[in-house]
Amino acid sequence: MALLIHILAFCGGFVIMSMELLGGRILAPYFGSGVYVGGSIITVFMLSLSLGYLLGGRLSVNNPSLTRFAGIFALGAILLYPLILFAEPIMEFIFLRIEDPRYGSLVASAFLFILPTVILGMISPYSVRLLVTKVEESGKVAGTLYFVSTLGSAIGTLMTSFYFILWFEVNTVLTLLTLVLLVVAAVAVVAARR
Amino acid sequence: MNQIRQLSVQWIWGLLFMLLASSAEAKILHEERSVYTRIIVQDSNRLRCLKFTLKRDDSTQTCINLNHPKQLVFSYTKMSLASLLLQPNPRRVLIIGLGGGTLPMALRDIAAEATIDTVEIDAAVVRVAKNYFGYVEDEKNRAITQDARVYGKRAALRGLEYDLIILDAFNGEYIPEHLMTVEFLQEMQALLSDGGVLVANTFANSELYDYESATYAAVFGEFLNFRSPATGNRIIIVPQARLTADQRSELSAEAMQARAEQLQTALEPYDVPITAYAKKLVWLSKRQPDWDIDAYPLTDQFSPANVLNSR
Repeated sequence: MALLIHILAFCGGFVIMSMELLGGRILAPYFGSGVYVGGSIITVFMLSLSLGYLLGGRLSVNNPSLTRFAGIFALGAILLYPLILFAEPIMEFIFLRIEDPRYGSLVASAFLFILPTVILGMISPYSVRLLVTKVEESGKVAGTLYFVSTLGSAIGTLMTSFYFILWFEVNTVLTLLTLVLLVVAAVAVVAARR
Repeated sequence: MNQIRQLSVQWIWGLLFMLLASSAEAKILHEERSVYTRIIVQDSNRLRCLKFTLKRDDSTQTCINLNHPKQLVFSYTKMSLASLLLQPNPRRVLIIGLGGGTLPMALRDIAAEATIDTVEIDAAVVRVAKNYFGYVEDEKNRAITQDARVYGKRAALRGLEYDLIILDAFNGEYIPEHLMTVEFLQEMQALLSDGGVLVANTFANSELYDYESATYAAVFGEFLNFRSPATGNRIIIVPQARLTADQRSELSAEAMQARAEQLQTALEPYDVPITAYAKKLVWLSKRQPDWDIDAYPLTDQFSPANVLNSR
């Protein structure tokens, strides 16, 4: 059970950073590759994660369960996948209305990435709630959890920038990330039933 | 065997360059770290160069000869001007990537009628070009500080058209990946007038060569692949780039020769061997692809240009 939750947290971290890294490639055709594009993406991801932590913590107060935890991953997948279908029209819409590529890229990042990232941000605090049994262990549990999920983020960044972009198209990577979230959600549901 | 010879020629050039660059007179005039790169202006042996790193030679962007400021130092700048054989009177020119600004300044002089828009992402490069390399803006020659991809899309919305587009944003070290995709080239193609010419100044010394070639072929069909084996430079020239390859008129040796003669006087101070280029272009127009034609074109979805460039 504890192992499963750690694996899920790892996958969450992996998906978040892989998505963030692809963000630059998704935005470049419309907003270029200026420093502000990276700035917009990081701002939106940090803001979304902070909101996700807040919401995840609140959610963990009422009837925490592995099934609900799985639900976070499934919802993340459902909100991530539309990037493949709607990124182009959304960016075109914003490009035509906002002349300055700084604000254009900021607004576009917000539309594209806020929803899935807020949801994925809920994973960490929720995992802590599921793992903590004694108050005196809470710091240790949280530490291990952050270790695992941030390690997932590091590996997600590395794999995406070194290999995935060489092996796959951007949309293929996004599809794979969606599948990872769905598979781990399914595994968690099955584990919760047993 | 041929490759080995090419390599050794490259080596000799490299060594010569290093000797020149490291000679006792080398002096750094200006150094700054801009948002995008490190900028170094260096004088050595009456040669003033703009570099983006100190060590590697292929990061040299522009050099001017202080004794003969007009004379173009690098062969690729000269080779880019071969495009004038295909478009002798451009009214509107778009250059992507300023460097020291030698190319827009040369064109401003050679094609006096032309309006030249140069798009450069780094404001610091524009400043350095003005302060150290004699780049001057006027009503027909302006620098626009913007990402080229954004500029291209906005220019299309405004209905702008260019007779000559020169892509000069690549160096041996770093490729802006969103400027080397099928979609970007299609956007540039849509900005060209009828008979408009597209030129790209790139490199031919890594695995990227095959992919880059496939990308240009996917958009333009055929193109003139003007290579300089000694320096690893290659200039891609697409005549009548808006038309499909079989709609384009054939390059005739006589017509090229006649144009070379017209251009000769104007190009003389720049040391451009235009008559030789005229022959070369005709010869190139009959050449078969020398790259792996099974390579994938790069797209916005698949553009690992920098990874490929490092192997």
